[in-house]
Amino acid sequence: MQMNKVMKSFIIALPVVTMMACSSGPSEEELAAERNRVAQEQAEAERQAREAEQARVQAEAATRMQRQQEMVEEQKAALKKEQTVYFDFDRATIKAEFQALLDKHAEFLVNNPDQNVVIEGHTDQRGTPEYNIALGERRAQAVETYLMNAGVSSSQISTVSYGEEKPAVMGSTEYAMAQNRRGIVVYQ
Amino acid sequence: MKKIRMLLGLVILSASGMAKAALEIVITEGVDSARPIGVVPFKWEGSGQMPENISEVVMADLMRSGKFNPIAVTKMPQQPATDKQVNYSAWAATGVDTIVVGSVAPEGADRYRVSFELIDVLRGQVTGGKSQGMSNGKLVDSADHVIDARQSVIGSADFRQYAHRISDVVYEKLTGERGAFLTRLAYVVVRDRNKEKLPYQLVISDYDGENETRLLSSPEPLMSPSWSPDGEKLAYVSFENKRPQIFIQDIYTMARTKMTDFPGINSSPVFSPDGKSLAMVLSKDGNPEIYVMDIATKNLQRITRNRAIDTEPAWTPDGKSLTFSSERGGKPQIYSVNLSSRKVRRLTFEGEQNLGGTITPDGKQMVLVNRTRGDYRIAKLGLENGGIQVLTKTFLDESPSIAPNGSMIIYSTLHNGTQVLSLVSLDGRFKARLPATNGQVKSPSWSPFLF
Repeated sequence: MQMNKVMKSFIIALPVVTMMACSSGPSEEELAAERNRVAQEQAEAERQAREAEQARVQAEAATRMQRQQEMVEEQKAALKKEQTVYFDFDRATIKAEFQALLDKHAEFLVNNPDQNVVIEGHTDQRGTPEYNIALGERRAQAVETYLMNAGVSSSQISTVSYGEEKPAVMGSTEYAMAQNRRGIVVYQ
Repeated sequence: MKKIRMLLGLVILSASGMAKAALEIVITEGVDSARPIGVVPFKWEGSGQMPENISEVVMADLMRSGKFNPIAVTKMPQQPATDKQVNYSAWAATGVDTIVVGSVAPEGADRYRVSFELIDVLRGQVTGGKSQGMSNGKLVDSADHVIDARQSVIGSADFRQYAHRISDVVYEKLTGERGAFLTRLAYVVVRDRNKEKLPYQLVISDYDGENETRLLSSPEPLMSPSWSPDGEKLAYVSFENKRPQIFIQDIYTMARTKMTDFPGINSSPVFSPDGKSLAMVLSKDGNPEIYVMDIATKNLQRITRNRAIDTEPAWTPDGKSLTFSSERGGKPQIYSVNLSSRKVRRLTFEGEQNLGGTITPDGKQMVLVNRTRGDYRIAKLGLENGGIQVLTKTFLDESPSIAPNGSMIIYSTLHNGTQVLSLVSLDGRFKARLPATNGQVKSPSWSPFLF
């Protein structure tokens, strides 16, 4: 009957175990709270991930912008090395040899509408200072018109004529005079 | 004389702007044909040194006028101080027909009595200095060989100005034309742009380059100074704000008024003869046109309407018309426009180009810059016969300005690669250069009569 005793204890113990299991199981509230906690953790993780992604995108955008700005500055620096067009005596016609140079400035200005330029018009020393102011303006306007025809907005361009008042090269040699008859694209 | 002292006071106040006369004069042509005259050193009756050598200033003035050739002191037969001491025959023998004698005597603290006489030695030789004439029916001593005799009490600071006054008297008595020795010049000096922070300077000086005073220094160009008819203000163009703007500045108080700030050209301001208006060039309506601004109200009147360049307005002496340069005929030529009828007339036809015209004070001639075979020279045009006569042989002449008595033209030219001021008499016989010691000098403007 040894066996029976064991069985009996089982029979008694089982419902107890079952009852115990019943009475110590989680309530509906507890389960809901648990689900909530997990959801919150997930949301927090997602938010952090999103933020990290955003920061990464922003940082990348900033880098890209910086790179773009650097590129703009680089382009500007390159353009500044070739910013002068020269004119024939008493003329304000853009010579064919300077069209490529102006095309580069025009392309840059079209792609960068926030960039502004002042076109300076200059003359050599021949003729009177006041007449040369008028001639210098005509040269500056010739450059302005060329850029506008190439698509640059008029709001990006202004002109000023210095006439013969700011020679690039002093003296009255043919070379000096040719150097002084010029239009300059100056970035602001 | 009050004005003289005012300016002197100003010069002392702005000591930083004051410089030793930078313009000297080198006469290049025309002394031989001038009339000989003896300017005897004035006798100094004080102790120590005379504050300023008056006769030297008078000599330089008369020499520079192109009309006189003062003989050297070493060639004078004697140095009389008054008419009574003059040996007429001895002077006549030197080929001189007129002499100036005088003396300076101290009279109290910083006061000096200056006396001078202008003597016709040929007439003196004839009359023995004792001519007689009829006055109220009686025969009296007339001393008609003494052309003029004056005296005045002045301070030591006024010596140069009084010397110019003596020159004015001598010039007017002997030529019948008013002297222009009590006048000033305005001009622009451009120093080395690579070394100086403020290379562009607006300067005024006495007509002989003395008493140089800087009115303005700027990092950007200054252009086209022109005098008000009372000689107290200058209108000019300044690029100090990186674009041209027209200003008027009082040369005594230094006060400045900005007159224009239009888009495009703001250029060539010129006071009308009555001082109430400014003629100017603006391109705000598309291309350079002539306008007249009422100075008090700043109201603008547009005078020209043409697709070509119109610039360089100048008033006719009567103030009723403007002359201006225009490319309406292809190349720049000079035109006039009547301000009431707006009728335009072309004035120049000879030469490749004619620019920068101004009519002489008598209204009979026009001084201009003529371009012939590529040479830019100062020339004059008779307004009645229309012929152009080139007056200069210098290189790249520009900015001619006429002395108020119409005797002399000052202009800017290139000499040995440097812009300098030069003088040429209206008859073209006298020529001189005013080399600057430092920098380029340009845009001269001769003041009106000041005193």
